[in-house]
Amino acid sequence: MDPAREPATMTAPTRAPGAAAGISLRGVSLTFRGARTTHVLDRVDLEVRPREVIALIGPNGCGKSTLLRVLAGLIKADGGTLAIDGQPILGPDPRVGLVFQEPRLLGWRSAESNVRFPMELAGWPKQRQQARADDLLGLVGLREYARARPGTLSGGTRQRVSIARALALEPSLLLLDEPFSALDALTRERFNVELLRLWERTGTTIILVTHSIPEAVFLADRVVVMSPRPARVIADIAVEMPRPRRLVDLDSALVASLAADVRSHLVDTTDDEIAMEEARRAIPAGLTPKDRQARNLPETDPGTPAWFDPFRPEDEP
Amino acid sequence: MTARPEGTTRDRPAGARTARAAAPSGASAAAVSATSAAPASAAAHRRASRQRRAVGALWPIVASLVVFVVVWQLVVFVSGFPPYILPGPLSVAQSFVEAWLDGTMWPHVSATLVEVLLGFAMGASVALIAGIALARSRLAERLLSPYLVAAQATPVLALAPLIALWFGTDLLSKLIICTLIVFFPVAVATMVGIRSVDPRLLEMARSFRAGSWQTITRVEVPAALPAILGGMRVGVTLSVIGAIVGEWAGADRGLGVLINIARGSLFDIPLMFAALLQLAIIGVVLYLVMLLIERRLVGER
Repeated sequence: MDPAREPATMTAPTRAPGAAAGISLRGVSLTFRGARTTHVLDRVDLEVRPREVIALIGPNGCGKSTLLRVLAGLIKADGGTLAIDGQPILGPDPRVGLVFQEPRLLGWRSAESNVRFPMELAGWPKQRQQARADDLLGLVGLREYARARPGTLSGGTRQRVSIARALALEPSLLLLDEPFSALDALTRERFNVELLRLWERTGTTIILVTHSIPEAVFLADRVVVMSPRPARVIADIAVEMPRPRRLVDLDSALVASLAADVRSHLVDTTDDEIAMEEARRAIPAGLTPKDRQARNLPETDPGTPAWFDPFRPEDEP
Repeated sequence: MTARPEGTTRDRPAGARTARAAAPSGASAAAVSATSAAPASAAAHRRASRQRRAVGALWPIVASLVVFVVVWQLVVFVSGFPPYILPGPLSVAQSFVEAWLDGTMWPHVSATLVEVLLGFAMGASVALIAGIALARSRLAERLLSPYLVAAQATPVLALAPLIALWFGTDLLSKLIICTLIVFFPVAVATMVGIRSVDPRLLEMARSFRAGSWQTITRVEVPAALPAILGGMRVGVTLSVIGAIVGEWAGADRGLGVLINIARGSLFDIPLMFAALLQLAIIGVVLYLVMLLIERRLVGER
């Protein structure tokens, strides 16, 4: 999607500006109870205006991704209230589109068919699916890859397909969980610019989890800094940088001073730790059981599934 | 224009190159025909290399068949067994052809084929449903697994007379036996396949509000398809065994019956061998068909 060849095929905004949602979190708390009780979220308060871009940043395993899953309705909070435009979030919600760290595409379907997946689930008529998928693939610059299978696409291209998929049902809130962490630094910068362009065209509210301070400052209207676990909001830094933003802005004095400000709030976290975390997450390999626990995913161990063992304890895979 | 007519360049891949070299004055026309010939020549090249590969893959199979027949003939020669103990390959082949030509073989083959295919379809469908239930519910696994393992551990051969007693000697009893024997490998493959589906895909489906039926049909079963088809490949050959076991427990038609008749009242041992050969052919063909279906469905992933 280089800027040079996009305008001719570009479709109109997929959603009228102003349809973006305001988000309100009040006193959201969460504790995982199990073999080991973990207090993950501690009375998180956050108000997001429609069309705002929020970057969540914080030390390793502080619960940012968990907070995102609570917003997506995948994990239920123990306490507090969450609402989109005043309506509570009770479960996975069509007003919310979620982009995962990995593309999570269905390998047996084409790129286009992957984009249609949420529309199929929602029971859209075939023709509407077709038209919408076509628009979305155009929006992310992948029209010519519509028939390609994910296995034949690069990591960045796959993530684009997954972003198109997240936008399928015209969500008013787009959540992104470290979406570009598996990409190399240059591609990542390019994707940041593209994300802003997408945001301008779709007009959604965006909440993004990231480990990169420059990325957070470059993308966001506000950078929200979270404490180590249990996560609380410890700083809310407004980024008053004009839009549209360009990559050269990354080198400006304003960005540098904002980045320094964000860094000063990241208590108990050295640069090394952030860098290490980024490096670790950049490895697109399968999740370890520990990662799975951190992300609150079901404990299964692909490859060695035990079967036909009626005496297996309940909590063992 | 000095370029050759389209047809020749397309038919002869090498033509494109000579056309370009020989026609400096008609360079543009030559270039056009060269580009149009390129895909055709690539396709021809691919076809040729595929044929070469097919031949390369085939010759060991043919060679091993030849060796098998030669060794068989040698054993007959050296041992001096009479034909009613071990007939030679030639007399078996002759009997095989005769049985087909005089109409002895077909009724038995068709009866067995119907049993094998229907029995497999029944067993595989039941197993697919059970495998999905077992994969998704720990309770279902606990309730059912003792019986499944016991059913698998009990030889079907021992159960067959009982099933014939209960369900008669018609098609039904054969289908039940086939179902019993096909069930286990397909159910286990389905269960293991679905349990191994990447939980991240399931979370993704849940974030788009997939219901459990949608999750099964659109994520779990397609993702587990390679494993399921692997189980079915084993199952289809077992179905042949099930049909023969069922026929031995009581039937009036089928290759199992033909083997019994040939050994007993007819005492035509070459015919018995011919029936065995026919059974082996059915098993191999069904296996290959499953393999082709598998290639078709999951080969391009």
